Amino acid sequence: MDEMKDVIKNYVIKEYVEDDTDVTYDTPLISGGIVDSFSMVSLKRFLENKYQIAIPDDKATPEAFDSVNKICLLVNEYLK
Amino acid sequence: MAFTEKTRGIYADILTGLKTAGLFKQERFIHSAQAADIEVEFPTGAPLKKVINICANNYLGMSSHPEVVKAAHAGLDSHGYGMSSVRFICGTQDIHRTLESMVTKFLGTEDTILFPSCMDANGGVFEAVLTKDDVMISDRLVHASIIDGIRLCSAMHDTFKHSDMEHLEEKLQLHNDKRLKMVITDGVFSMDGDTAKLDAMVELCEKYNALLFVDDSHASGFIGKTGRGTHEKYGVMGKIDIITTTFGKGLGGASGGCVSGRRELVEMCRQKARPYLFSNTIAPPVVAGVIKVLEILSASTDRRDKLEHNTEFWRKGLIDAGLIIKAGDTPIVPVMLFNAKLAQDVSRDLYEEGIYAIGFFFPVVSQGQARIRTQISAGHEIHHLEKALDAFKKVGRKYDILGKSKQEIIERYGM
Repeated sequence: MDEMKDVIKNYVIKEYVEDDTDVTYDTPLISGGIVDSFSMVSLKRFLENKYQIAIPDDKATPEAFDSVNKICLLVNEYLK
Repeated sequence: MAFTEKTRGIYADILTGLKTAGLFKQERFIHSAQAADIEVEFPTGAPLKKVINICANNYLGMSSHPEVVKAAHAGLDSHGYGMSSVRFICGTQDIHRTLESMVTKFLGTEDTILFPSCMDANGGVFEAVLTKDDVMISDRLVHASIIDGIRLCSAMHDTFKHSDMEHLEEKLQLHNDKRLKMVITDGVFSMDGDTAKLDAMVELCEKYNALLFVDDSHASGFIGKTGRGTHEKYGVMGKIDIITTTFGKGLGGASGGCVSGRRELVEMCRQKARPYLFSNTIAPPVVAGVIKVLEILSASTDRRDKLEHNTEFWRKGLIDAGLIIKAGDTPIVPVMLFNAKLAQDVSRDLYEEGIYAIGFFFPVVSQGQARIRTQISAGHEIHHLEKALDAFKKVGRKYDILGKSKQEIIERYGM
């Protein structure tokens, strides 16, 4: 779980952060303005490719993607 | 529903909120034709003030060019005031098709379709040519009209970091399974004045079999050796699949826009683009004016050459004065002040000195990136620019920002 958290956190930083904004496992990503709703699509595709899962569009909501911890919960749901 | 006091109160609160946040826009009334020298009423009711305009998109000084005005008069006489119809019912005149052919030739594309504005072109083009099986990959700093067009389209949407070709390539790889991929960018970015790396983008699009879309609104008529646009500057004419542009800036300054590019894509717009299907096209006098603009620009590069010379003079003058500008070679020259209030104060003081230039700050640009955006024109003479430079120096001395670094300005005024 911790390894997954770091993988996702590092992806978010590399993909979306262009200054020295600190990102923790609980940092609000969508509501905090780090990831815009347009850019969520690449995060979803990254997760699907990385973990070989399919996340239904209706589950890929801004709420479900709003922090690294929440994203891990979502991914784990489809890993099972 | 009646417009009750409660309803009125809801909107009053919103508008008050905009004022409190410093986001309330106020128009200044210009009593003269658009040009380098204008007469402005500001604030409303104040006596007219003669100022030099350095914030118009009038890059080639065509807005009040006597030959263009004369051509528009002639078009009004020969083809009337309006069409009272959309294109496909009874709203297409010979001059509309003439203009489409001239734009096609000027931009070096296969075909062109006119739109009431470039905002409409960008609003309609994506949904006309892409479906949910496709993906749009756009630069993160594209114009608001492109973002609106993307929102109206069912294709998947992703972004790449501004002008970051490595990141774009990653995204092309990520979405390689899609039926069609379209890379979307501005040619010249309107806030920073930088240009898209179209040579590298064409290379990537060819490698990954992607379409390339460029909005060249801040380039058509003057960027490139003969003013054809950003694709000419980067040596990729004929390789851009869709170019959108406006007739409201360098190409006359009145109104109207177009989609120009691959024949099939233009035809798709003619059949399916909703702003084209459900709105009157460009009015006859404006069409006649744009035709004259293209005739003038096709016959001689004098105006874009003068603009290039003016831009070099202006950029060097600002740097020599000790101001910080965004690097580049386009006539969009942002003078960086970083702090929103400082940008507003400098704009106000410049106006007092007879120079009309506007401050831009968050949310139009990123937090801490406040600036005065200056825009140079072929309609400016060197004496206009010298006077504007003198004003910038005088105001710069007042705020003690000449020769100061970004860090020093931020330390004094904050972000």
